[in-house]
Amino acid sequence: MISLQHIHRDFRVGDQIVHALDDVDLDIAAGEYVSVMGPSGSGKSTLLNLIGLLDRASAGRYLLEGEDVTVLDDDRQAWIRNRRIGFVFQAFHLVPRLTAAENVELPLLLAGVPPAERGKRAAAALRAMGLSDRAGHRPDQLSGGQRQRVAIARATVTEPAVLLADEPTGNLDQHAGQGVIEVLEALNARGITLIVVTHDSAIGGRARRRVRMLDGRIVADEAEADRAPA
Amino acid sequence: MRAADFVRFAAASLAARRLRSGLTALGIAVGIAAVVVLTSIGEGVHHFVLAEFTQFGTTLVAINPGRTTTHGMSVGVFGTERPLTIQDAESLERLSYVEAVVPFVQGNAEVKAGNRRRRTFVYGAGAQMPKAFRMAVQTGSFLPADDPTAPRALAVLGSKLRRELFGRGNPLGRRITVGGSRYRVIGVMAPKGVVLGFDLDDTVYIPAARALALFNRNSLFEIDVMYRPGVKVERVVEGIRRTLVARHGREDFTITTQEQMLDVLGSVLDVLTFAVGAIGGISLLVGAIGIVTIMTIAVNERTAEIGLLRALGARRVQVLALFLGEAVVLAALGGLAGLALGLGLAQGLHAAFPGLPVHTPWRYVLLAESLAVVIGLAAGVLPARRAARLDPVAALRAE
Repeated sequence: MISLQHIHRDFRVGDQIVHALDDVDLDIAAGEYVSVMGPSGSGKSTLLNLIGLLDRASAGRYLLEGEDVTVLDDDRQAWIRNRRIGFVFQAFHLVPRLTAAENVELPLLLAGVPPAERGKRAAAALRAMGLSDRAGHRPDQLSGGQRQRVAIARATVTEPAVLLADEPTGNLDQHAGQGVIEVLEALNARGITLIVVTHDSAIGGRARRRVRMLDGRIVADEAEADRAPA
Repeated sequence: MRAADFVRFAAASLAARRLRSGLTALGIAVGIAAVVVLTSIGEGVHHFVLAEFTQFGTTLVAINPGRTTTHGMSVGVFGTERPLTIQDAESLERLSYVEAVVPFVQGNAEVKAGNRRRRTFVYGAGAQMPKAFRMAVQTGSFLPADDPTAPRALAVLGSKLRRELFGRGNPLGRRITVGGSRYRVIGVMAPKGVVLGFDLDDTVYIPAARALALFNRNSLFEIDVMYRPGVKVERVVEGIRRTLVARHGREDFTITTQEQMLDVLGSVLDVLTFAVGAIGGISLLVGAIGIVTIMTIAVNERTAEIGLLRALGARRVQVLALFLGEAVVLAALGGLAGLALGLGLAQGLHAAFPGLPVHTPWRYVLLAESLAVVIGLAAGVLPARRAARLDPVAALRAE
C-alpha cells in the first residue's frame, strides 16, 4: 500500500545540508497499525509529511497504492490528499470561526460535494465519534479531547485509505489522550491503515508494528503479530 | 469547489472579523461615494451646458468668413477671402431643405430713447431669426421680410432693454436711436435669460444691412442656416458649400454644424467629468491600499489555516481564489455602500442647492461598482499569491 524506496530528504539550513531522511526504505501494507517513534529531529515528522504528500523527497521513489506519486504535479497530489489521506495533527487545526460540523465538512467542500450530501456525511462522521450533540459548537466551546475527535471525524469523512496522526495526544491530558488513541485504534480495526508519529513510548508501544528512527534513518522495525490492540 | 460555497466561505471569514472588515470596506465606500458625487456634478454640468446650447435647436449650420483649416497652397492667400454678404445669405434660401437663413452681425452701440441712454448689444439679424433660434416675440412683431439689402429702419427690443428704456410704458411705435440713427420700435422679445454670459434680453435687433452700415463692416459675422429636421447634415453642408463656392470662386469660408459644436463641447465636458472623477479616484486608491494591508495581515494570521486547507486537499489555485474572493467581496460590499452613500449625497446636494446641476447616469453607477470589484481583485492579488505559495509543512507549523 505504501512503499518508500531509498527516500532522501535534505534541508538546507544556512550553509549546511541537513539530512532529515537518509536512505529510508519502508513498506506498509493496507490495514497496518504502525507507530513511528524517535527523539525530536530524528525525521519522523518529515517521514509523515512525505507519506502525506505535503512534502517531496529529494531523491527516491514513493509508491502509494501502486502508483508512483513522486512524479505527480501539485494539483494531482492535492487530489490524493483530499481523497486517500486523512491527517490528524497535534494542534488539532480546527478553523475557529466554523462549527464542528462545518470543520468536518471542509474536505468535502473543497472537493465540491453538494451541501446536502456534505451535511449527511459530516453528521455520520461526528456520530461515529460520539459528537452528534456537539455539531453546532465552535472549537472554543469544546474540550481538547472533543476537538481532536472532531479533527478525526474531518480526517475520516472522505473515507481515506490512510490515516496519518502526528502526535495526536501531544496537546491532551492522559485521559483525553487515551480516548483519542482508542478511537484511532477502532478505526484501524475497521480496516483503515493507521500511522501514528509519537515520542511517547506508552502510545507508540500499543501499535502492532513499531518503527524507531534516529538521525533520519530507521534503526528498528519490529512487529508483534500476536499482540492484540488494547 | 462550488461557487456558492466559495462565496459563503469568503464571507464567513470576513464576518468573523466584523470591525476590521467593516472599516476596510468603509475605505472603499468613501472612495466610491466620492467618485459618484463628483461625476454626478460633472455630468450635471455637462447636461446643463448642452441644454443651454440645444435650446436654439440642433438643425443649425453656421457659416463664417475665412478658413480656419488651411490646406496646401491656400496658406499663402490667407487674407484675401471675400466677405460674407447679405446676397450670400439670400442665395442659400434657394436650397430646398433650408427652412431659415439668418445673416448675423453683432456689435455694441448706444441706444437712446427720449432722455434715457444705454450701451448695449446690437444684433443685426434677418426676419427669420425667431424661427431659426426658437425665440418668441412677446408683443408686436419681429423684423419684417423687407428687401434685405435696403430694409426699413425698424427695431425689436430685448425684454430687459425695453424695461430700461421705457419702464412700464408701451414701446411699440416709439422712436429710438441706435448709434445715432433713428429707428421705430415694432416689437419686444420674450425673455430668454443669460446664455453663457450673454444677456439675450439686454439687446436690440435691427436689420443686418443696417447693422453692417452702423459698424462700418463689409462682411457678416456669420450666416446661420436652419435646415429641415430629418435631412442629412452632410447633404446640407455640401449644398451650402457648392452654392457659396460658385459665388466666391473658392472655399474661403468655414461651415460649422451644430452637431460638430455639440461634439466638441461634449468632449470638453467629458474631460471635465473624467477629471473630477479622477480626483475621487484618489480616495479610492487609498481604500485599495487598505484592502492590501488587511489581506496581508489576514494571510499572516491564518497561515496555519492555509496549511490545513492544503493538507485537506486544497489546490494552490483554490487557496489563491479564496483570498482573492475575500478581497473582492470586501471591495464589492464597500462599493455598494459607497454607491448608496454617493447617490444619497448627490440627491441631498440637489435638494440643498437646486441651482447645482446634478445628474447620475446608471452606467456610471454600474461602472463604479465594477471598478470596486476590479480594485478588490488588484488589491487581493499580492496577499493571495503569498497565501497560495506557502509551503504547507511550514504553514502547518505556524501557530
